[in-house]
Amino acid sequence: MAENKYAEAETIQLVNEIVASTGTTRADLIPILQKVTNNLGYISQDAIKQISTLLKLPTKEIASVATFYRMLSTQPHGRHIIQFCESAPCHIVGGREVFIALKTALNLEPGETSTDNKWTFITTSCLGICGVGPVILIDTEIHGNVTPDQVPSILAKYA
Amino acid sequence: MAFYRSTVLVSVDPVCVEKGAYELIDALNDELIKQGLIDEVRILETPRLGDPQKFGPDIIVYPEATHYTNLTYYEIPRLVEEHFIKGRILKQYAAKMQDAIDEELSAPKSKEIRIVLRNVGEIDPRNIEDYIANDGYQALGKVLTEMSPEDVIQEVLDAKLRGRGGAGFPTGLKWRFARQAAGDIKYIVCNADEGDPGAFMNRRVLEGDPHSVIEGMIIAAYAIGARQGYIYCRAEYPIAVSTMNLAMKQARSLGLLGKNILGTDFSFDLEMRMGAGAFVCGEETALMASIEGSRGEPRTRPPFPAQKGLWGKPTNINNVETYANVPQIILKGAEWYASMGTEKSKGTKTFALAGDVKNTGLIEVPFGITLREIIFDVGGGIKNDKKLKAVQTGGPMGGCIPEHMMDLPVDYETLGQVGSIMGSGGMIVMDEGTCMVDIARFFLEFIQEESCGKCVPCRVGTHRLLEVLEKICDGRGEDGDIEELQELCEQIRRNSLCGLGQGAPNPVVSTLEYFMDEYKAHIYEKRCPAKVCRSLIKYEIQDGPCTGCTVCARNCPVSAISGERKLTHVINQDICVKCGICYQVCQFDAINVI
Repeated sequence: MAENKYAEAETIQLVNEIVASTGTTRADLIPILQKVTNNLGYISQDAIKQISTLLKLPTKEIASVATFYRMLSTQPHGRHIIQFCESAPCHIVGGREVFIALKTALNLEPGETSTDNKWTFITTSCLGICGVGPVILIDTEIHGNVTPDQVPSILAKYA
Repeated sequence: MAFYRSTVLVSVDPVCVEKGAYELIDALNDELIKQGLIDEVRILETPRLGDPQKFGPDIIVYPEATHYTNLTYYEIPRLVEEHFIKGRILKQYAAKMQDAIDEELSAPKSKEIRIVLRNVGEIDPRNIEDYIANDGYQALGKVLTEMSPEDVIQEVLDAKLRGRGGAGFPTGLKWRFARQAAGDIKYIVCNADEGDPGAFMNRRVLEGDPHSVIEGMIIAAYAIGARQGYIYCRAEYPIAVSTMNLAMKQARSLGLLGKNILGTDFSFDLEMRMGAGAFVCGEETALMASIEGSRGEPRTRPPFPAQKGLWGKPTNINNVETYANVPQIILKGAEWYASMGTEKSKGTKTFALAGDVKNTGLIEVPFGITLREIIFDVGGGIKNDKKLKAVQTGGPMGGCIPEHMMDLPVDYETLGQVGSIMGSGGMIVMDEGTCMVDIARFFLEFIQEESCGKCVPCRVGTHRLLEVLEKICDGRGEDGDIEELQELCEQIRRNSLCGLGQGAPNPVVSTLEYFMDEYKAHIYEKRCPAKVCRSLIKYEIQDGPCTGCTVCARNCPVSAISGERKLTHVINQDICVKCGICYQVCQFDAINVI
């Protein structure tokens, strides 16, 4: 389990606010976890404990949900998240070459974060922008029709 | 009514007004009076033309539809003189005609019929009035005032509408089951979690025509007797989520959602739920588990959601496209709808064309059209005029249909018979440069990753399938592998809990059936006929064409290429990772794949 990146009190306050605006039923759990991820970048142990207190759910239940979904994370991310679309339409039009170029340029395997904390490299299922494959999504910016030789210049745009 | 030879539309949106739209109108009016043209030219105010931030104030002169921008009032006398007296366009201010570029949705081709996509790209999705002006919510009015819930169900049954999520279950029947189920509290769910890679038609409908889905859901709610509904949308589609949220708000403010809809005693409201990135949540029982706040794992059926769904209550789940069809069926009648399509598959289907086809993007075609018509007449043929090899339909659990079957009609039954599925509408066209073993491996990789792990046949079986396929692609295939694949496929298909596992073997089964020789070439000859599998190919630089330009050497990520400038370069096969970058960057076609 990852250590807590934020102070405990800070996390508790944030979780309190999120839960107050969302609700305390079981059906509110995933929306709460999504909001925590949006705010902290990941779901820390402190956050899980506080949600557990407020929703009266065992921490193991929360951890089980938090680790099931791809877009929820219990690990801190780097400054930029690179999502590589590994879906078939992108694969057919040269996605694999782009994937290798990305892996080589970043020196990361999918799921890893670089040691300087700049990049987190993950693969994703379809982003739904198949008309312009291969597609990579860096944070919220879409790069379409990517070729392997463009990869270094795309990465260079991010500080 | 007075007759005018010209009409001038002046944009009076706030930005244009700030930039002097009204001064422009006054000046125009004065000048037309001065020139004695006021009875021939009419001035109308219009809410918005073009992009006021960039240009503005905008005016358009009809009937010739000349668009002027950046005009100021002191230019008006010249405009009137040139345009209305001399009949010449004042080029300096004429806006360039801009082609709207939409890579996903182009103008309908001759063989298309647009019902679900009819408003997409045509109306402003963020303005409910646009939808209402295009017959929006008329079907709802008709349903609430003229039809009983049973009438609605009968109409949908007569239209023979089938679930567009993939399985093709008759929608009317599903609604009847939910209506007949005991209980006061019932739910409606819209499955907007299309996860089929390459199928983005639902996203475009949600983004481009959100009210058609909302209207369809309200009608379904009336039919089954639900008061609460959920839209479960992929989190990968943030624009769809915000458009839907806005649409629901606007519908609520007009009394189309909420208490006493359109003044009747029928009440219904909707809530948006976002997914969190799990493919299996497209499966209805997994989706409901996710709405309830649990891990999105499927459960056994029966009981079906129509009996025991959300929180154990009767629930009707349909997909986006299914709901979007409903208002049109109610308005134009079941007979009209059933006049399109084949005997068992009625109406139209949207597809997301992708892969090696010239026109990728969304299309909507009547059932019964052939795959060849879709690829060549609608899709414009294969990119770079290569040869068509296969079409993959139905997402990762679909199958690959070979070229010689392209004249089959597209409907639920036919696709099933040839080993594929309709799915939600992904259609990936593959040319001769696609390795079918690699494609099978690729889909299995996806399925194996997305397997939720609850049942053993899917969790372990797909893992094992993938191992064998990886072995074959790696050049380590051996005698008996094909038999093992076949055996595994059969076991997984028969014993898995949900559609994901049951459909998982389809890519393998269909490629084994139609492309056995490729498997054999990989296993027995250690050769990849399509030159895709990296362990079985080699990049080599040819002596003649190589000019020694050093581009390949500079781009090689692992520095495997050496050679002096202006001399033939050499790839060191021990270092080469076969990424293919050199092959792409070489401008002299000097690199061969063998």
